[in-house]
Amino acid sequence: MKPCPVCRPIHYTYFATKTRNSIGHIFSRSVPFLNEMASQSEVIDRLRATFRSGVTFPEQFRMTQLQNLLSLVEENEQLIQDALHKDLHKPKFESVLSEIQITLNDLYFAMENLRTWMQPEYNIGKNLATRMDDCFIRREPLGVVLIIGAWNYPLHLILLPLVAAIAAGNCAILKPSEICQATEQLLAELIPKYLSQDCYAVLCGGAEDTKSLLKNKFDHIFYTGSQVVARSILLAAAPHLTPVTLELGGKSPCFIYGHIDIQKAAKRLCWSKFFNTGQSCVAPDYVLCTAQTRDALLPALRETLRTFYGPDPGASLDIGRIVTPRHWRRLMDMLEKSKGKVVIGGESREEDRYIAPTVLVDVQESDALMQEEIFGPILPILTIESLEEGIDYINRQEKPLALYVFSDETSVVTTVLNNTSSGGFCGNDGIVHMALPGLPFGGVGASGMGSYHGRWGFETFSHRRGCMNRSWLLERVNVLRYPPYSDYNLGWLRWATTFKKNSWGGCSVM
Amino acid sequence: MEKQAVQRAREAFLAGRPRPLEFRVQQLKSLQRMITDRQGEIATALKQDINRSQYDTPLFELIGLENEISLAVSKLAQWAAPRPVERNLLTISDQAYIQPEPLGVVLIIGAWNYPWALTLQPLVGAIAAGNAAVVKPSELSEYSASLLKALLPRYLDQELYPVVCGGVSETQELLRQRFDHVFYTGNSTVGKLVMEAAARHLTPVTLELGGKSPCYIDKDVDLRVACRRITWGKFVNCGQTCIAPDYILCEPSIQNRVVEGIRQTLLEFYGPDPKSSPDYSRIINQRHFNRLMTLLEGYTATVGGQSDSSQRYIAPTVVKDVPPQARLMQEEIFGPLLPIVTVSDIDDAIHFINEREKPLALYVFSSNKKVIRRMLAETTSGGVTVNDVIMHYTLNSLPFGGVGQSGTGRYHGKHTFDQFSHHRACLVKSLGMEDVNMVRYPPQNRQKARRVRLAMRTPLVDFSRKTYIWAVTATVFAFGLFVTLTAILPS
Repeated sequence: MKPCPVCRPIHYTYFATKTRNSIGHIFSRSVPFLNEMASQSEVIDRLRATFRSGVTFPEQFRMTQLQNLLSLVEENEQLIQDALHKDLHKPKFESVLSEIQITLNDLYFAMENLRTWMQPEYNIGKNLATRMDDCFIRREPLGVVLIIGAWNYPLHLILLPLVAAIAAGNCAILKPSEICQATEQLLAELIPKYLSQDCYAVLCGGAEDTKSLLKNKFDHIFYTGSQVVARSILLAAAPHLTPVTLELGGKSPCFIYGHIDIQKAAKRLCWSKFFNTGQSCVAPDYVLCTAQTRDALLPALRETLRTFYGPDPGASLDIGRIVTPRHWRRLMDMLEKSKGKVVIGGESREEDRYIAPTVLVDVQESDALMQEEIFGPILPILTIESLEEGIDYINRQEKPLALYVFSDETSVVTTVLNNTSSGGFCGNDGIVHMALPGLPFGGVGASGMGSYHGRWGFETFSHRRGCMNRSWLLERVNVLRYPPYSDYNLGWLRWATTFKKNSWGGCSVM
Repeated sequence: MEKQAVQRAREAFLAGRPRPLEFRVQQLKSLQRMITDRQGEIATALKQDINRSQYDTPLFELIGLENEISLAVSKLAQWAAPRPVERNLLTISDQAYIQPEPLGVVLIIGAWNYPWALTLQPLVGAIAAGNAAVVKPSELSEYSASLLKALLPRYLDQELYPVVCGGVSETQELLRQRFDHVFYTGNSTVGKLVMEAAARHLTPVTLELGGKSPCYIDKDVDLRVACRRITWGKFVNCGQTCIAPDYILCEPSIQNRVVEGIRQTLLEFYGPDPKSSPDYSRIINQRHFNRLMTLLEGYTATVGGQSDSSQRYIAPTVVKDVPPQARLMQEEIFGPLLPIVTVSDIDDAIHFINEREKPLALYVFSSNKKVIRRMLAETTSGGVTVNDVIMHYTLNSLPFGGVGQSGTGRYHGKHTFDQFSHHRACLVKSLGMEDVNMVRYPPQNRQKARRVRLAMRTPLVDFSRKTYIWAVTATVFAFGLFVTLTAILPS
């Protein structure tokens, strides 16, 4: 099969990269030169050969690479912030909090725990028959994995899976989103400089390039993005039997119900909704509340928005922009078609893809805003009469990536938790549940499959191999299982292998 | 018909019937009763399907199943409980935990070689996790399939756990429906089709496939015991076991002794004429019988080699000096043919194994710890048993599953429960501590940013060596100070 060239070549050219270190000296780093455009298959073959050599297996190697990745982020914070601002008009605060710091945290967490994660798991229940044996679970690398990033958090959505892939001992191909060109170029430049070029590569390109990339065999594919593309990725993975992790999205509902401090709730709701201009997969998509709550909520929202962004959010430095004119158009179309009433915001500017934080009321189930994930700074409020009505509504839709409940009453939180399903859940706040590395981050049903963050990412990119090291002793006991069979032997075996209530585990055959 | 069964199962699931733990336990106990009460009928069905000996049935199918059910019943409350996780400063006063939840309606497609174990063991986990499950037993083991269809509705909730029987077209119709998880045991060709069908609905899958499970015999090993264990694992169920040792790798110097060891063991197990032994099974159908006979073409068997098409009988067969490019070495054998491939040493063996697809199981026989360690570290496979075969399957605390072409996902014991659950990340905050939260709101400045960075740090407590030494030194110093002060100051 003829190798397919990448649309935009990876620039491995002799050029002096000026990097300013902390004392202010300017020094050059040069990067090796590849004469021709590296084709996708060649890159994948090179990585596979490296993986086969076993160089990524030792803890020291993984630690070094993680350390290098840490340096990459720490030493280039300014460049990263500039790129993110160019692509998404991301305020510096958001870049630091939701892209840089979250990556650094995951790196610290992984480096701190790598040794523990890599240890074979010995603490598993043994039984009578295996008492003399060594039983353990090894975590082994999978091979060459593909990580496809997204455009809304172009740094952390590709680097966090990379951290997990490196920690698990794999080689990885990164395919950043082509929509955020500045970040894409930055990654293509920085990754080969800091990480081993034989083990990790960045391949850039659009939809066609991704399609041809997927024709190759990978040992795991990690995709963040939309459902439509996810289906084609799964279909491409099926012939190779490649396991896939999908981080998709959905309409994440937000209940505000019962006794609640409406000021605080409004603050947290506004923060999580309008962070990154609403372009977060876990942003609260819409609100469900009673008419009473709505009436109390609206003034609180107005006040909060004024405190956050001032009287004219369009002039505030703390709000971002919509990523491309196409996405801006999509949101404006939804807004125009909506039959709800705009009570806050509604202003927009096409030149810089600005949409003001907008709140609508009297939105019905059939509204244009309720048919797909909004992914923008538009917040519809749906009125419900009771909690059950709200829960019924949620259960009629696809399972969302996140679900939120604002309430002081534990019974409300518990009722919603027990009667719905979602990727993750956060009570009395938005988004922050994904910042805790102990919690797995992932979807269910249409919002995705698999999870990552912290140890969960390590497990995603590892194979759990069950190992039993049998002792040579007890052969006389083993004789019970061999033919010629007899009732006598069977009787003894049954007695020895029947699971007893308080023992560790069952053994089916000796 | 398939559509209706799935629809009814979904309605029953949405009505919340399988949610309460008591209901799940009651269903599991009912399943237990079915196996105990109907053991005789199950054994008869298996005899008709595959000529399974009356002793092999409890040994290989039922005891394992009973143990899984007992484990699930006894541990269900623990498995289904919320699992707390580590927090950071920002979440220190909040509840952070993972809640296992049912997925919904799952599809379990069974296999024909162990029709009861491989269909019902996943069902145990699916029920325990609170799902509804559509069970599709393999049509190749037809007597077991029809018996299961007759029995299951009498013991379990008919709407939540329907049995759908049928062949390829019925399975395809089922796969067109939407499920929340598909669990398939079988071969990789159909595995790919299952994954493709599931892809359309973004349904996650567990695939328990197969492969060529290598068995390496080191030269300094007690061959008598090794051969006995290998022979048992290979020829049980007439070699039709996904984790049977597919082929042997050994050095030329011990090949003949290995053959002798196997020959002797076969005599002990099945007597001089395995055809007349009640403990030796048959090939499932004519198609597989023909497939196996074709594999043997052109090779002379060193042991066995006899066959009888009318009974679908193939004698336990060993073939020596098989070249790597032989047909016997191109696909999973899944029958009573045991090729021996010679390798020059452990390096050669590791290289041979790594050139091929990742197998479902790997076996090493050695008394040398270094050899074992190298084999484990330099190869990969679904699971491993060292110095025996198959046994890692029997410990339900070990995850059982494949990797690469041998499958995705894992099950047995708690792993089945986890496989059929969604692990929902839950963070329940209070509206208090709002002052801490203020740092994250706009308008922004440098101080706020620094404070947030600090609050987000995980792990919360620094367990590094430096801190440990500092802590110990400080404690010793403080204690010393305390003692000194107590001594100096007048009482």
